[in-house]
Amino acid sequence: MAMSDTAGSLSRTWARISLLRESPVGMVGAALVIFWILVAIFAPVISPYDPNSNDMDALLDPTPNAMHWLGTDMQGRDMLSRVVWGSRTVLTVAPVAVIVAYAIGSLLGLLAGYYRGWVDNLVNRISDIILSFPAIVLYIIVIMRFGPSALNVVLAVIFIATPQIMRIVRGMTLELREREYVAAAKMRGESTLYIMFVEILPNARGPLIVDACLRMGYTTIAIGVLGFLGLGLPPPTPDWGGSVKDNYALMSLYPHMALFPALAISSLVVGFSLLADGMREISMRD
Amino acid sequence: MQVAAEQRHSPRQAAATPPVLELRNVSISYFVRAGEMKVVPNISFKLGQGEALGLVGESGCGKSTVAFAVMQYLGTVGRITNGQVLFEGKDLAKLSTQELRAIRGRKISMVYQDPMSSLNPVIPIGRQLMEVPIIHFGQSEQEAQARALQMLREVNLPDPETMMTRYPHQLSGGQQQRVVIAMALMAEPSLLVMDEPTTGLDVTVEAAVLDLVARLREKHNTAIIFISHNLGTVVRICDRIGVMYAGELVEEGPIGEVFRNPRHPYTRGLLSCIPTLGADKNSRPLTAIPGQVPSILNRPKGCVFQPRCRFAVAELCSQDPLPTLDMSEHHHVKCVRANELPSHEKLPEGLEAVALGEAPVDAEAVLQIAHLRKTYHQATGMFGSAGYDVHAVDKIDLTANRGQTLAIVGESGCGKSTLAKVLTGIELGSEGMVTLAGQEISQTPVENREARIKRAIQMVFQNPDSTLNPSHSIGYVMERAIRKLRGLGAREARSEATGLLKTVNLPVEFASRMPRQLSGGQKQRVAIARALAGEPDLILADEPVSALDVSVQAAIINLLVEIQSKRGATLVFISHDLSVVRYLADYVAVMYLGQVMEFGRTEEVFAPPYHPYTEALLSAVPIADPDVQQRRIILEGAIPSPQNRPQGCPFATRCPRKVGEICDTTPPPMQTAAAGHRIACHIPMDELKKVDKVVVA
Repeated sequence: MAMSDTAGSLSRTWARISLLRESPVGMVGAALVIFWILVAIFAPVISPYDPNSNDMDALLDPTPNAMHWLGTDMQGRDMLSRVVWGSRTVLTVAPVAVIVAYAIGSLLGLLAGYYRGWVDNLVNRISDIILSFPAIVLYIIVIMRFGPSALNVVLAVIFIATPQIMRIVRGMTLELREREYVAAAKMRGESTLYIMFVEILPNARGPLIVDACLRMGYTTIAIGVLGFLGLGLPPPTPDWGGSVKDNYALMSLYPHMALFPALAISSLVVGFSLLADGMREISMRD
Repeated sequence: MQVAAEQRHSPRQAAATPPVLELRNVSISYFVRAGEMKVVPNISFKLGQGEALGLVGESGCGKSTVAFAVMQYLGTVGRITNGQVLFEGKDLAKLSTQELRAIRGRKISMVYQDPMSSLNPVIPIGRQLMEVPIIHFGQSEQEAQARALQMLREVNLPDPETMMTRYPHQLSGGQQQRVVIAMALMAEPSLLVMDEPTTGLDVTVEAAVLDLVARLREKHNTAIIFISHNLGTVVRICDRIGVMYAGELVEEGPIGEVFRNPRHPYTRGLLSCIPTLGADKNSRPLTAIPGQVPSILNRPKGCVFQPRCRFAVAELCSQDPLPTLDMSEHHHVKCVRANELPSHEKLPEGLEAVALGEAPVDAEAVLQIAHLRKTYHQATGMFGSAGYDVHAVDKIDLTANRGQTLAIVGESGCGKSTLAKVLTGIELGSEGMVTLAGQEISQTPVENREARIKRAIQMVFQNPDSTLNPSHSIGYVMERAIRKLRGLGAREARSEATGLLKTVNLPVEFASRMPRQLSGGQKQRVAIARALAGEPDLILADEPVSALDVSVQAAIINLLVEIQSKRGATLVFISHDLSVVRYLADYVAVMYLGQVMEFGRTEEVFAPPYHPYTEALLSAVPIADPDVQQRRIILEGAIPSPQNRPQGCPFATRCPRKVGEICDTTPPPMQTAAAGHRIACHIPMDELKKVDKVVVA
């Protein structure tokens, strides 16, 4: 039965997600996000060149042409290939960071909201400290301290997102723990873990899914900003933020060099935001 | 008294004066994503000057929609698609926004269910009241202030001068509703629309508010549309009643005529599914109306009530349009068979008929509560150093016997829910003992209780929307409870779950449904089935029917009675509704501010000698029968907060029969009225026994 209930809940979740079709905004967002996911998956097929190979001839005229559809950058690397491969970077770092942040943040939020008392105080004060710094400063501190690498970017994002997620989950737990079905679960002798993860957490999923979409967008921005500040992935890894930084000195001459990676960042962020809007719209129904 | 009641319920000379309000063939629709929803297909009625019309019906029947249509305030999705709303002869739909604004609040006022949302929380009461004459009559500040003060006096608010400077949150719910009523009547409107104005209030406060409305109506000759799901409150206020079902006015007429001779099967259904103070579970079952209100998108052709009607004849009832039959000049029924139906049988037994005779023999006690106290420490000061103790439950003694129902009655804040929390082990008792199945349980939190004890006590909760986890299917809920409590395997649990669903009269297919696919009554049935999963000795039910419509309420009460008689389960039934308690309980404990004021067999508690609080509660219950005589005792003031509980008797601050200073200083002695019937009061027993019955049929 437990199995069939899981299957049932999956099909129900799918039924809810397919409601997204009724939200035009959500559909646009989903299209943008899916577009970039496909690009990331099929990067080796789509990209015409190795993103790190330099075409010295192209340096004479880096603007878009038949050979290089999006032109080349200052080092003669194909812009299209860099943008295509760059999507892989963002779309691995961001989901990994958000998922791990959600795992830790949800657990802490559930503990704080369910037990209250000193657990709540401890978790909250620590998160207050983290949240009292501007996020960008924290990113810089973390990366400067541990050095730029994919792993450290992931860690930095987790470090900053976790307290925020904790707060959302804590707030919802405080409310949901008072529900009568939680009392009923206690009265039949369920364990605390069961109550937290089976009775409470699933009912917080609506707002959490919306937040996760938005957070994917924020994280995309954060990765872009870190790249722009030179704190992203170490070169020559194709990275949208890094590409903007590498090329913005020549913006006035060759706007395409910074424009295309910047467009890539913003289209993905807009995609996530619109998807979140759509999700919110369907979660407001019933 | 009889004459007075007769006059009150006879129609006034509606025909002589032009109607204040007339609805002519009004259709109201909501336009939503799914398309047009015809909420009210066609409604017509008239309301004469100073007349009060009660609109009743279950939730979703379009009562509030009609009220909003009268106000021309249907929001962005609602629209009157056909017909006219004539107010003092003018078609409201033809008026400009400005003209409408001059009418709203001046000529037509509205009082909503929740007073807190009608009052602005950041403006003092006085200021909010003064706005009315300033805006509508252009009065000066001084004039408006004088008028506001006068109005506050009229609605019996204590100390009106100070009240003017107070903010809404500093008032109790009853006081807030009085302020809203004062505001509504400020401009002496000719029509007052009240949408469930007393639904959120305690019964004694409700009685005081209803009394006030009746008095003010008399004084200002205001016409009233009074919307309520509670037939009893309508009887108190109105001359005429309109019964709504699925957006249609199915029966309309003078109160006396409709209650004595209801002609529409739905009206009859409504009347026979509410317990009145006269009957109990041993004398007759309540008659629930089978089925549910049809969804607006699948309205049946012809008579809307047809699918649930036991008198329906397919060919006759499917006529479209359905004719309205006139029973008398003022009594109209939308039922083709109205003239053929047998006469409606009132309850065979009146109050007198319920004999004090054969009380069932008490079995052994399943639950014993001795001197139980639950104290919350309210910390104040910066580090919680200072503070005071609040006794939410204060030294109570109660017993519940096997196979019987113990009801715990009281208004909000009386400690009944705290008591439930201690019994279930969600909270611990502070002093005293609770013995269940031979074991002390008040000091053991639920997670440390033995499996045997967990099985022995299960609970049915109040709110059908929160009682089932929205993420879990019904089958999962049931099987989980069975496996957890009885330690059965998956296969056995499944067959047990099927059996339990049958026990609560739900189809087996419901196992795969999700809670949101169920109606409130169905959810409550699942909750009852879940409580039965461990085959408990004791079922604790905390207001299990108070959130349900009356027809569903009856079915759930019947189910509880049936389960009790079949399984011999003991029921502790917590409720504020005396009619339901009278019907269901064997023993009743009346609680006030954490203390038991009276305890005894149901028929003893509901007959003299009464505790003065029980007496007041009984006089406050709205009874849906215009022929019942009820002594009016209006309690002033509100229940004191437990932190400044009176030194002596908790009820002393509001007691109409206060003896003297002793009530304020000394806790009342527990007097014995009869074996097993205790009353905590300073009034000597002989004097308590001299009181007349509050309710006489």
